[in-house]
Formats: sequence, C-alpha cells, structure tokens
Amino acid sequence: MNSLFVYCEIVEGRQIAGVSLDLLTKGRTLADQLGCQLEALVIGTGLAGIESDIFPYGVDRVHIFDAPGLFPYTTAPHSAILCKLFAEEQPQIALMGATVIGRDLGPRVSSAMGSGLTADCTQLEIGEYEDKKSGKIYENLLYQIRPAFGGNIIATIVNPDHRPQMATVREGVMKREIRDAAYKGQVINHNVADYVSAADMAIKVLERHVEKPAHHLDSASIVIAGGYGMGSRQAFDQLFTLADLIHAEVGASRAAIDAGFADHDRQIGQTGLTVRPKLYIACGISGQIQHIAGMKESSMIMSINSDPDAPINSIADYVINGRVEDVLPKLISHYKNLTK
Amino acid sequence: MKKLNIVVLAKQVPDTRHVGKDAMNADGTINRAALPAIFNPEDLNALEQALRLKDMCPGSTITMLTMGPERAKEIVREGMFRGADGGYLLTDRLFAGADTLATSYAISTAIRKIGEYDIIIGGRQAIDGDTAQVGPQVAEKLGLPQVTYVEEILSLDNDTITVKRAITGGIETVQAPLPVVLTVNGSAAPCRPRNAKLVMGKKNADVTAWSVADVNADPSKCGLAGSPTKVKKIENISFQAKESKVFSASDQDIQALMTELINNHTIG
Ligand SMILES: Cc1cc2nc3c(=O)[nH]c(=O)nc-3n(C[C@H](O)[C@H](O)[C@H](O)COP(=O)(O)OP(=O)(O)OC[C@H]3O[C@@H](n4cnc5c(N)ncnc54)[C@H](O)[C@@H]3O)c2cc1C
Repeated sequence: MNSLFVYCEIVEGRQIAGVSLDLLTKGRTLADQLGCQLEALVIGTGLAGIESDIFPYGVDRVHIFDAPGLFPYTTAPHSAILCKLFAEEQPQIALMGATVIGRDLGPRVSSAMGSGLTADCTQLEIGEYEDKKSGKIYENLLYQIRPAFGGNIIATIVNPDHRPQMATVREGVMKREIRDAAYKGQVINHNVADYVSAADMAIKVLERHVEKPAHHLDSASIVIAGGYGMGSRQAFDQLFTLADLIHAEVGASRAAIDAGFADHDRQIGQTGLTVRPKLYIACGISGQIQHIAGMKESSMIMSINSDPDAPINSIADYVINGRVEDVLPKLISHYKNLTK
Repeated sequence: MKKLNIVVLAKQVPDTRHVGKDAMNADGTINRAALPAIFNPEDLNALEQALRLKDMCPGSTITMLTMGPERAKEIVREGMFRGADGGYLLTDRLFAGADTLATSYAISTAIRKIGEYDIIIGGRQAIDGDTAQVGPQVAEKLGLPQVTYVEEILSLDNDTITVKRAITGGIETVQAPLPVVLTVNGSAAPCRPRNAKLVMGKKNADVTAWSVADVNADPSKCGLAGSPTKVKKIENISFQAKESKVFSASDQDIQALMTELINNHTIG
C-alpha cells in the first residue's frame, strides 16, 4: 500500500515547524486507517539527528536531504527533490503546511505532478467517492474538507485519479500529539546530487531577517478580536488597551485587516490563525464560516455586536447587544473598578 | 536599461471583503449577484510593481491577462486606465469550472501565445479562494523560476531581478534570473490611481478575447475536465447554537458581566 508523506518544514534554528508536527500527528491517524506507512521528508542543511524529533509522532521512514544551499528554502531545489522522490515512491497522499514555504512549494509540485492540491483544509478524512458519470467507485480517498465561498458552506474535495492527493493545512488546525516517545523508524539519507542540479540553485537569497513574533495569539488564554464593525484603525487600537489590562492578545477578522485596521499576521480564521483560548471576545465580527473555522473551539465565546442577529451570537456564551464604541470603554472602566 | 515585456495576471472577483446582510440569501448562502465584481486587490499591487518597472525601463510593454466571462474585459481596461498597454481575456465555456491547476494551464497557454515575456507578475492570491496557487503553477508550466510573497522590486539589470519578499516572521532579499514569475502581497505599494487621459482614450478600447482554440489549448486539460480535484459534496452547515447569556450595553449589565467573568476566573 502506498505511503502517506508529510513534508517537514525547517525553520530558524534547525527546528521542525509546528505545523509539520501537527500534520505528522494527523498523518499517523490517516495512515492507520489506510493501513499504510507514514513517511516524513526533511530538506535542509546540518540536519544530523533530526529524525529523533520526528519518530515520536509515529513515523515509519524519514527521508533526509542534507546539503549546503538547502537552507534557507528556495523553490527549485526543494521542488526538484519532492518531484523526483514522489515519482520514485508513489505516495498516495502528500501533506504540507499552509505556510509561506508550503504555499510556494505545494502548487509547484502539484503542477509538475499533474495532481490536484487543496489549500487550507480544516479537516482531513478518509472515505469513498462515486464518480457520477462513470459510476466508478473509489475507495479510501482523502477527503479534503474546507469552507467554500458563499455563506456557511463546507466543501469536500477529492482527487480521484491523480496521485499524490495533496493538501495544505494551517498551523493549529490539527491537534499535535506524540504517538510514542520510543517509536523507531528507518532513516534514509539521500544523495542530494541525484535530485538537485546546479540550475536549480539559480535563485539566491542575499539577505534575511527573521524577528520574534509580534504576538502570541496561538498560546494566549484570552483573545480579543476586532472585525469590520470596529469602524477604524483608531477604534481598533482600543482593543490593545483592553488586552493589556486583561492579559489578552489581539486578533482580527479578514475584513478588518482588508480595511487596514490591523496587520495581516493577526488574521484569525480558515486562511489565518486557529486559536483555542479560554475566552474569545469578538468585537464587531459577524461570524462568517471562514472566521468561525479559526475560533470555534474556544472554551468560551463573547460577542459584542450591534446586530442581535449576527451569526456569531448563536455560538456565543455571552452576547452584548450594543455598539463597540459604547461597550469597550465600559468594559475597561468596570474591569478597572472591580479589580482595584 | 533593457525594454521589458511584462505580463500582468489579474482576476475579476466578487467582493468578499465585507459581505453585507443584504448579500445573504435566506438559506445562508451568498447572493453572488448582490456582490460587486472588483479587480482582485493583490493584482492591483502587482500592477503597480509592473508600472514601476515600466517607469524604470521606458519603452517596456505591459500586457494584462485575465480569464473569466465577457464582463472581465473590464479588468483589462482597468489596467489600461492605469498605464498598461493592452491585454487579453481568456473566455470559453470549456474553461469553466476550472480548479487552480486547469486555470494555470489555460493561463500558461495564453502566455505562450503572447510569446515574449521577461516578467510575469500577479497578486499573491485572489480573495474568493485565498489559495495562492495559480502563480507558482503558471511558473511550473512555463518552466520558469518563481518568487512569491513579493513586497517590493529593488533593482533590475539585464538578466536578473532583485526583490524583497515576506517570509514567516520576517523578510528576505532574493535575486532571480529573468524571465521570472512574481506574485505580490497586498502589503506592497498600492496601485496608482487611474489616469484621466488614459480613461478618456481607452474606455472603448477593444479587448481581444481568446478561446481554447485561439491559444491552442488541449480541451481535456481545461475547465472541469482538466481539473484533478472534484467536489464530492457541498454542505450547508449550521453551528450548534449555544444557550447564550444576553446583556445590553448599560453600565449595570456590563458591570454584572464583568463581575461574573472575574468571579469565575475567566478574566483576571
Ligand atoms: C477564501 C476565503 C477565505 C477567508 N478567510 C477568512 C479568514 O481566515 N478569517 C476571516 O475572518 N475571514 C475570512 N474570510 C472572509 C469572511 O468570509 C468574512 O468576509 C469576514 O470574516 C467578515 O469579517 P467581519 O465579521 O469583521 O465583517 P462583516 O461581515 O462586515 O461584519 C461586521 C460586523 O460588525 C457589526 N457591527 C457594525 N458596526 C458595529 C458597531 N458599531 N458595534 C458593534 N458591531 C458592529 C455588524 O453587525 C457585523 O456583524 C475569507 C473569505 C474567503 C472567500
């Protein structure tokens, strides 16, 4: 039975990206269901011993490509490796993170292999598919599930005839869990020169700056998120005042970001971050499915909205019917009074 | 400075940015007809980078390329109002229902037909899908290098281009050989406004429409037929409605709510 592959992304400091570990966890579950092996693929420079970070997720084989010039990531050498390795190994499924790297590499590889790629999946499952035209039944396909444009709609996408079935997933969407700290698989050290040619090194990285993240939304116990209903960047900035007070992090809806109220890296939702705080405070957010996909697992949800029928109110534990400009200052002043 | 042939990829999209209440059907789906069709925002950022290249290298040519219904000719004209030289619309029923792979195949055949290109540039992603796949797939189909997430073009010489691009938590500067495919972020410089003279001059400009046959595309690789991904099902989901506690914006209510949250240790 053909394997399930996960591309493990290397980030600064020779770490495996969190999203890759999320995918190994999910990949293990899917591989168990399919009765196939889980294989990981790591490409970088100075990777000796990296397999010990990977095996505990239940990985059966780790393919290592270790050579100068493979970190930092550039498109051509990484895609050359994936294409050739996939041609040799014929994986049935290949998963990668919906990161800057995964979104550069995934489509390149899917195009070269002529296989489809579904972006930003929120669920992955195994199931069957019947082609209505031919009546042909396909067993054990990867269901690539994601919200679709057009209201509260979820689409299940399949890839019946082409391999590998490829999907990207954002960090935090899948749960990360070690399978067995003592799990041992096989290490395969590949000869990079068999996969990468000199011509693949045409793009040169001249300079790089990576900074500490501006926020810790992924681990915050309280998230205050502002939407288009905040009205302006100035009003949006009030959320930071409240956040400082109650030790929260500030997130935003895509509409708020498109309107210039907040920076891109704070977007919460299907094509942004997924958060699971103790308390999620949605301010002027209507609650479209793409947004809800990134926060619905919060333990408690509070919504502040001038429209009592805003969809987000139906999943909220606390609803404040009112305008953010009236409610926020009151939240701040009452909190101060009560904790004095 | 060398004269460049630049192709700008642009898409007409429904404005998904703040879907008002009136745009919702009773069944919770979006009434597409109520959404204005707009120039995909990041494609405007890409157009600006193309126009800057043209400013840098006078005599360069900017060709707009879009795919969609007849109405998407507006995209080509909009590009011309801001300084593009001309453009093409790919339109054919056989292109309909395309996933990103079939879309990029169609676009790559049109670029081959255009023939001469040094830089192919488009937005990072379109707001109706957010997939960011078409740029890299077009690059692969044409066998060209790609640089995604571009923030700014820094310099250009005869056969290389240097750009600043966003990476997770930072930026990097990369140098790529020409010809190249670039995709541009929304945080890059906004597009310059329309030029009144160009609007006057080009508002009735003819836009050539190309069919599958015109670009010598293989119909089996186009549209629904050429899409490896299939939609198995579409579900209208409703979230489990919760029993919510409802408060007004009065001082009394807010104080009561805050007291509850502090007492049950949710806050503080
Ligand atoms: C492919 C794709 C991917 C997407 N990915 C994401 C994603 O990752 N994250 C995301 O958030 N969105 C995403 N979206 C967009 C999503 O569909 C919605 O358009 C967006 O979430 C709406 O943001 P909003 O709720 O802030 O704005 P709106 O829907 O415009 O809602 C504004 C809300 O504010 C309320 N309001 C107005 N004035 C006030 C006031 N004074 N006080 C209080 N309330 C007020 C209104 O009643 C309304 O409920 C995506 C869309 C697509 C097509």
